[in-house]
Amino acid sequence: MRYAMAIDTRKCVGCSDCVVACQTENNVPIGYCRDWIVETVAGTYPNVEIELRSERCNHCDNSPCVRCCPTGASHYEEGGIVTVHHNECIGCGACIQSCPYDARYSHPEGYVDKCTFCLHRVEKGQKPACVSVCPTKCMYFGDLDDPNSEVSVVMRNRNHKVLAPEAGTKPHIFYLT
Amino acid sequence: MKTNRRKFIKISSVGAGSLALAKPVLGWLPKFLESEGPLDDSKAKKFPTYCEICFWKCAGWTYTNDKGKIWKIIGNDEDLHSNGRFCPRGTGGVGMYYDEDRLKTPLIRTNRRGKEEFRKASWDEAFDYIAERMKKIANKYGPECVALFTHGSGGHFLGHMLKAYGSNNITAPSYAQCRGPREVAFFATFGRGLGSPEPTDIRDTKCLVLIGSHLGENMHNGQVQEMSDAIDKGATIITVDPRLSTAASKSKYWLPIKPATDLALLLAWIHVIINENLYDEAYIKKYTYGFEQLKEHVKNMTPEWAYGITTIQPHIIRETAREMANASPAVIIHPGRHVTWYGDDTQRLRAVAILNGLLGSWGKRGGFYLPEKHHVPEFPHPKYPTPTKSWKDAFPGQYNLAAETLASGICDATIPNPDRSCNFKAWIINGTNLIETLPDRKKTLSAMESLELIVAIDTMPMEITGYADVILPECTYLERYDDIRVAQHREPQIALRMPAAEPMYESKPDWWIAKELGKRLGLEDYFPYENIEEVLDWQLKQIGSSLEEMQRIGVKTFPRQEGSPYIADGEDYEFNTSTGKIELYSLALEDEGFDPMPVFTAHPQPENGFYRLIYGRAPMHTFSRTSNNPNLHDLMDENSVWINPKVAKLWGIKNDQYIWLKNQDGIVSTFAVKARVTERIRWDSVYIVHGFGHANKRLSRAFGNGASDTQLITNVMTDPIMGGTGMRGNFVTFLTEEPSKEEVES
Repeated sequence: MRYAMAIDTRKCVGCSDCVVACQTENNVPIGYCRDWIVETVAGTYPNVEIELRSERCNHCDNSPCVRCCPTGASHYEEGGIVTVHHNECIGCGACIQSCPYDARYSHPEGYVDKCTFCLHRVEKGQKPACVSVCPTKCMYFGDLDDPNSEVSVVMRNRNHKVLAPEAGTKPHIFYLT
Repeated sequence: MKTNRRKFIKISSVGAGSLALAKPVLGWLPKFLESEGPLDDSKAKKFPTYCEICFWKCAGWTYTNDKGKIWKIIGNDEDLHSNGRFCPRGTGGVGMYYDEDRLKTPLIRTNRRGKEEFRKASWDEAFDYIAERMKKIANKYGPECVALFTHGSGGHFLGHMLKAYGSNNITAPSYAQCRGPREVAFFATFGRGLGSPEPTDIRDTKCLVLIGSHLGENMHNGQVQEMSDAIDKGATIITVDPRLSTAASKSKYWLPIKPATDLALLLAWIHVIINENLYDEAYIKKYTYGFEQLKEHVKNMTPEWAYGITTIQPHIIRETAREMANASPAVIIHPGRHVTWYGDDTQRLRAVAILNGLLGSWGKRGGFYLPEKHHVPEFPHPKYPTPTKSWKDAFPGQYNLAAETLASGICDATIPNPDRSCNFKAWIINGTNLIETLPDRKKTLSAMESLELIVAIDTMPMEITGYADVILPECTYLERYDDIRVAQHREPQIALRMPAAEPMYESKPDWWIAKELGKRLGLEDYFPYENIEEVLDWQLKQIGSSLEEMQRIGVKTFPRQEGSPYIADGEDYEFNTSTGKIELYSLALEDEGFDPMPVFTAHPQPENGFYRLIYGRAPMHTFSRTSNNPNLHDLMDENSVWINPKVAKLWGIKNDQYIWLKNQDGIVSTFAVKARVTERIRWDSVYIVHGFGHANKRLSRAFGNGASDTQLITNVMTDPIMGGTGMRGNFVTFLTEEPSKEEVES
């Protein structure tokens, strides 16, 4: 089993619903976030293009954050989900520095926090909060090892890219273009 | 001031030219969120609600956690407005409940209006104060001299109270300041207005044309969802906007039009469709009136003619017209929502309606469906007294086609005039921040000066509450029952809102406020119930449901009574116009002395050094009402002014630099606003998101953040047909140095 997410940049309107739904679902303190929106603008008026992306932890196969964690708090769960055992985290911040996606933050209570793919929901067969709230239905989540999962299907049919491929982290957030 | 806060945004991983949007900044940490991980849904309780953050009124569930505290809000899967997916504002609605700046007790003014000095009062004291003055006004001037401004669910109960008192001057700025012109235009053309949610069949459309309508930035939830479906299905999107809006960026065609010239483009499109015979002749013959006159009217309005006006190249005008015709009848020239732009808005929207009429999209799959709403009987009450005066007396012979009360009309009719029988003496203002809603602020303030009573009923301190004599704290939608949501859709559907928690502080629901104030006005016969539950249960039982059932299911869908939502091909169908046909040539407008077919008129363009002020929405905010909501403020805490890089270079303005805006009448924005230097905007215009620049210090998060577009809208171009207030004729220039206090206040 290998969980992954594919996000359709053709449909995303950058509304931030994924951000606030994650915050309320996971009780992320206000002022912090586990996912966010990035907008890139290219060209000169009126030949301009923009891309809107919902970004978060890439749940990499080769995660620098897991490798550099001195206590083992950062670890892989089943299905390749990268999470942090809050009670084992000493808050050293090495993982924050190592992440090429800037996906982690220091929680005010002293540990490092990040996207969990809403493991607590996924375990019950639900989708992550961001996926289930998205008004444009631009996010697809599921098991890449299952050829019939919606994420496998959409990735077969569409062009896609990953962020910072040069980092060699084997990320599992894919952007449909 | 706040220039340093954004350094907390981490944009290191983002390539050049990127902008991290909506990455929250370190800020207020509410106690209720500490130390709590995600909760198991099975330990939560859920209560049905429908959202009050905007007018779309999506139905969902408010979840409370194992301690009974409000936790999250999730859409109801059966709801036709949201399909189970709330927008960011609805999801962040919890912040409205937890906002510690909420109005907590009734307040009575202790200093002159606008000074925002109040003392706490009990509900009894506040009601007595209001009732005494309302009785005096009724005796001295007549009850009709009290007006109610309302934008929200509470208006139903307060309106009932006001009608029982003897006034039907009840208004929402959503008509004359927003969607009024399109209602009049579509009614004149199809014999039916659009209403809300608009019956645009976007999910099945083959071609969607957006004219200044920025779906995706305005989160009109169902429409944004359906636009996404349409993208999936490969529909052609054509967006006309001087700004590369989010929707424009997803469009096959983006037409970066010169602002204020849309009508010329619409007329050229009509010309191409007629001239190239791109219409269905049998359809035109059977269903429309005035085709020959229209053909004659647009014969010289060629794409070449429009090119000189709009800057849109003729071949693009032709190509896009053909795209629309190819998709016909599954094509939508979207009517938009906020359409009060240049004062000839009804005529521009008439051109939109005519284009839809020519392409046969009305009543067609992928065009406009025919919506239906369920009839829910009113709880029985005595007959209302008949008013003898109304706001319309202030405008003899004018605005006869306006189907709703003009908020700006009531404002105008408040400024004393000896020739008029209806000079307003009291305003009750519920859930609408008139200072940020009505253009020409000086006029609003001058009108309020002559009032003997101003009552503001709101959840939050706003600019308008600072001018009230009495402030009544209403509880948020998460803490109250309200009127049943009865909205039009493909199928008739109702929704229930019930409280998920007790009202915080001393706040109260509007049904209770209306009832208690009514009692003190001697109107107890109009409120023959103890609790709103009695009323709702009675109403629901009349339609075969019950309060108990609705508490369980939240929304209920009924079968259509009026047949298919689509008109069948060749069906004998009578439109509700005087000819029974789609009036390409409008007899109703002609009867009132207006052009029966739209005529293009040129509007003023900015002088050298000035730029047209265009405003719009951000997906995470509604009007000025959400800018202090902790969750939504976290997503976007200020607006910025979009400036084309060429223009910025001319002025030496850098990205993220704070500047001030000054309009053509010398009005300077009270607060600085951050420049967003971007290729997404034309060089003759600037753009800001509406609803920021709050001047009420009681809004601890929102105060002083960004600029208020409304403050800079002092030139109003009134629509002679229905009284809409055109607001896009204002031009601003930049001040890069902090202006003196005198300059700001002048």
